Amino acid sequence: MLLSITKNIHEWLFSLMPENIASIVEMTIIAVIYLTGFAVAGLFLVLMERRIAAWFQLRRGPNRVGFHGILQTIADALKLVSKELTGTIKADKFLYNLAPYFVIITALLALAVFPFTKDFQAFDINIGILFLIAISSIGVIGILLAGWSSNNKFSLIGAMRSGVQTISYELSVSLSLLTIVLMTGTLQLSEIVEVQKNGWLIVQGHVPAVIAFMIYMIAGTAETNRTPFDLVEAESELGAGFHTEYSGMKFAYFFLAEFINMFIIASIATTVFFGAWLSPFGITESIPLLGIFWFLAKTFVIVFLMMWFRWSFPRLRIDQILTLEWKYLLPINLVNLVVMAIVVWLGLTIQF
Amino acid sequence: MAWLNNSILEDMGYFSDIYQGIKSLLTGMSITGKYFLNFRKGSITQQYPENRETLKMFERFRGEVIMPHDENNEHRCTGCQACEIACPNGTIEIIWDRQLDEESGKKKKMIDKHIYRLGMCTMCGLCIEACPTDAIKWGQNFENSVYDRKYLDRILNKPGSKLMKGVEDKE
Ligand code: SF4
Ligand code: SF4
Repeated sequence: MLLSITKNIHEWLFSLMPENIASIVEMTIIAVIYLTGFAVAGLFLVLMERRIAAWFQLRRGPNRVGFHGILQTIADALKLVSKELTGTIKADKFLYNLAPYFVIITALLALAVFPFTKDFQAFDINIGILFLIAISSIGVIGILLAGWSSNNKFSLIGAMRSGVQTISYELSVSLSLLTIVLMTGTLQLSEIVEVQKNGWLIVQGHVPAVIAFMIYMIAGTAETNRTPFDLVEAESELGAGFHTEYSGMKFAYFFLAEFINMFIIASIATTVFFGAWLSPFGITESIPLLGIFWFLAKTFVIVFLMMWFRWSFPRLRIDQILTLEWKYLLPINLVNLVVMAIVVWLGLTIQF
Repeated sequence: MAWLNNSILEDMGYFSDIYQGIKSLLTGMSITGKYFLNFRKGSITQQYPENRETLKMFERFRGEVIMPHDENNEHRCTGCQACEIACPNGTIEIIWDRQLDEESGKKKKMIDKHIYRLGMCTMCGLCIEACPTDAIKWGQNFENSVYDRKYLDRILNKPGSKLMKGVEDKE
């Protein structure tokens, strides 16, 4: 239904104006839709994080604004919008102002390639996974810029830690996704979903896929700079880390981007390991619109898992983080890659 | 051959490290997971101020220093100033003078005002420990917000109150 609406709008626009104007208008409409989704998802994730954190810690969480606190994050966002934008005198003004946009735009870019349901995908590029990996490493430039230009030693330490961490864990994220690409034989996300019609890849690839998923989750959590890898903004050591000097809306950008990044990491996992919008056992295959529901449901289960990590584990020290990556995750990952290659070669995958 | 044994042992350590790591992470997650499932029953925070009527602070809570008075408006403070000396912050000030004791007919040190400045108190409890007659103790009140700092200065002995009989004899 939704899809036919978009088709109708598409045709109507193209009948109304010359072709290139129509396509610009169409792109703008899609961008607005994604931006809205972005803001709503961000606000919802913040609220979810706070409620779930409360439940893990046997507290009650925000429950005053609106029914059971549903409007809490909207109120917070309004407050942040109305706040003054402060800055330090010694900051490098240009980079300082640029940094939040770097972070938030990369987060948005990544959102474009996910197949939320059949045909509901803004940008079905044929190097989808490579694109995602590349985009997710650009985000760290924003963090580095923020820390560098703030001219604050805590920000700088936070930013440098972020650099070290992202560069190391990037490797594990890419390798664990590569393990799965061995099975699909394509980088295009819609094709990857297509392959999973014979069973989700985590089932198809059984043992090596599960190992790859575990490594992906660990490295993905590190990519988003969340606890237990939140050295970047370790409150007890660095104030607020790289965004110490930011206030108001610019701070909100960093904050939102952090949560959207978590959503993105979970979405990649959903797409690559859990069959994106495919319903379990194909129970709702006849209604493609429900694909959005399945996609979001799976994503939020993984987001919940990441929140569970956050409220269970203590923060790692920087040398422990590097040990974990270079001494454990990377070798395991490489061995796993070979195992997966053998599994695919011998045709040991489970197909339904 | 010793080096071989060592390296094998180290290799074993590598894998047992991974095993131990995963095991301990799962243990941690199962504990927080249990909390998560029981948050309704086990919630350790309370809905304040809705529960104001029924809210009872626990005994150990240090809200403010109070001086209990009995039904005859009598307290146990002799004006010995031990609390004033014990306080590291100069929170307590005892104003006393020599008044005529009705019973013995002699002049004697008596408390006029026991001034306690809540705003300066760090709740260390040294005054309460120092008091030889247990005249002051912890109160459980925690709603101390006022519009001006001067309202935080309190006189602990009520107007017209007297020293309880027999407090001094006990020593
Ligand atoms: S609790 Fe400590 S700071 Fe407060 S009045 Fe007593 S001695 Fe002074
Ligand atoms: S409160 Fe206790 S220590 Fe302080 S003056 Fe009175 S009797 Fe002495």
